[in-house]
Amino acid sequence: MDNVLNQIGIENYIFLSVILFCIGVFGVLYRRNAIIVFMSIEIMLNAVNLLFVAFSTYHQDAQGQVFVFFSMAVAAAEVAVGLAILVAIFRNLGSIDVANLKNLKG
Amino acid sequence: MSTVLIIFYVLSAVTLSTAFMTIFSRNPIHSAIYLVICFFSIAGHFLLFNAQFLALVHVIVYSGAIMILLLFTLMLMNLNKEDEVHKPRFTRLGAVISVVATCGILLSIFLRSKPIVGDYDTTGEDYQSIKVLGQVLLDQDNGFMVPFEFVSVLLIVAMIGAVLLSKKENSAK
Repeated sequence: MDNVLNQIGIENYIFLSVILFCIGVFGVLYRRNAIIVFMSIEIMLNAVNLLFVAFSTYHQDAQGQVFVFFSMAVAAAEVAVGLAILVAIFRNLGSIDVANLKNLKG
Repeated sequence: MSTVLIIFYVLSAVTLSTAFMTIFSRNPIHSAIYLVICFFSIAGHFLLFNAQFLALVHVIVYSGAIMILLLFTLMLMNLNKEDEVHKPRFTRLGAVISVVATCGILLSIFLRSKPIVGDYDTTGEDYQSIKVLGQVLLDQDNGFMVPFEFVSVLLIVAMIGAVLLSKKENSAK
């Protein structure tokens, strides 16, 4: 059985994941719409998952993929609760602009 | 240049460009559509690794469940108009500078570190088919049975919490 990393190389996957993670960080810092911030967090989680699978193939070990499975479950729970919180915020404030959430700023 | 490498480059270009468009499109619905394409291309990366189980679960969970949740929330809030104001210029400049610095530092670390990877050897045994993955996950001795059960507890707690949070309180006052 041929290892796909022989033709691609682990470093290409590291660079792809780093760039994808930085795009996610940029979305969190740049946008004000809270849903887009959520999408950026999903992009970051996916970058890390991709690297997990790449190193799982590199070590020929299934435990990395099991970890990705758990992180997907946690991401699904996080999105459900987070969107419920966003809906509650939208009911109270009428917008989901993250700049409006500054009651704790003092 | 082998076929696999060409597929990898095409998939990576799709992933990065759609992730970028997710951040930059003004309409949140368009962002969600771009995000679906991004998730599908990441599932393509998983298929390239021959990780069938993760590719399937990724399509079901991300492109299915999470995107439906996001789209329903967007429609519930009626946010498909493009009236978002930008952050102040100072904050945006800070965001750009910090992201460029993070990206540059991480990339230069991995470019300059010259890791000793050697050859990618294959043991030849099957380690990532759905059957083997299930055995690793639910093995009696050193499996992941307890975390697996805790994930189910986490999911049901998240479900109850989401229902409670988004329920309308008509008995207030």
